[in-house]
Amino acid sequence: MANFFDFLFSAEFLFYVFSGMAVGSAIAMVTRKSPVASLLYMVATLASLAGIYVLFEAHFLAAIQIIVYAGAIMVLFLFVIMLLNLGHDYQKDLKGGVWAVIAFVVAGAMAGVLGRQFWDAESAAIYQNAQGEAAIDALLSSQGAVGAIAHPLYTDYVVAFELTGILLLVAIVGALALAKRRV
Amino acid sequence: MFLLTEALIVSAVLFVVGTFGVLVRRNAIIMFLCIELQLNAVNLSFVAFSRYLGIEGQLFVFFVMTVAAAEAAVGLAIIISIFRHYETVSVNNFNLLKW
Repeated sequence: MANFFDFLFSAEFLFYVFSGMAVGSAIAMVTRKSPVASLLYMVATLASLAGIYVLFEAHFLAAIQIIVYAGAIMVLFLFVIMLLNLGHDYQKDLKGGVWAVIAFVVAGAMAGVLGRQFWDAESAAIYQNAQGEAAIDALLSSQGAVGAIAHPLYTDYVVAFELTGILLLVAIVGALALAKRRV
Repeated sequence: MFLLTEALIVSAVLFVVGTFGVLVRRNAIIMFLCIELQLNAVNLSFVAFSRYLGIEGQLFVFFVMTVAAAEAAVGLAIIISIFRHYETVSVNNFNLLKW
């Protein structure tokens, strides 16, 4: 029995559970007709991805994923869907015919290219000189989950960080200017 | 190594599903959600790589999330102003560039 619980809470098993939830909800998100149902499946995908982030020791990003992505951005989408009162028109939302064929061909080609790149990725030369898991674990235990990210963010990447702040300001002004204008 | 290839394959599957959704849906908001799904697929591969190649991968995910938030705000504002004009968000009706 103890072995069973060890297996149930092992990182590998949890990874497969979260992956299955993420992929399943993503497929449901693409195929559901109602926009609100699609959006709720997207929230499930984002939450499962946060679980996978925890398994890869990215605790800060998992929290940010839940708070910002699932909490703020998806609620913004939900507000817009409810504001525009969508989901009551019963015309088909999925394109059929030639567009479906094009979509399948493009998606299949992309899956082939990505699969070829990712297959046997672990034997790539870059991992022979990598810092490895032990170095990351040491960094996380010495500086903490937030400090390990915050230190490079405010030293090496401070220009990119400030530019991101300006980008957010531009986005606020742009969104206000676009949404308030009377067309 | 802990599940690196598996995480990359999950990320590839999510990206392909997102691409498929962008191509096959008509609702502009859902197409937008599918683009967010593609961003998340890339984020997952960044996180998986950062486990072995250094903490910088997580910084890039941080920046991607910020850009996604800005993109969502501006994109939804554009969709609202399109809706005011056409009374719909179905991309069938946006055919000014069609020839």
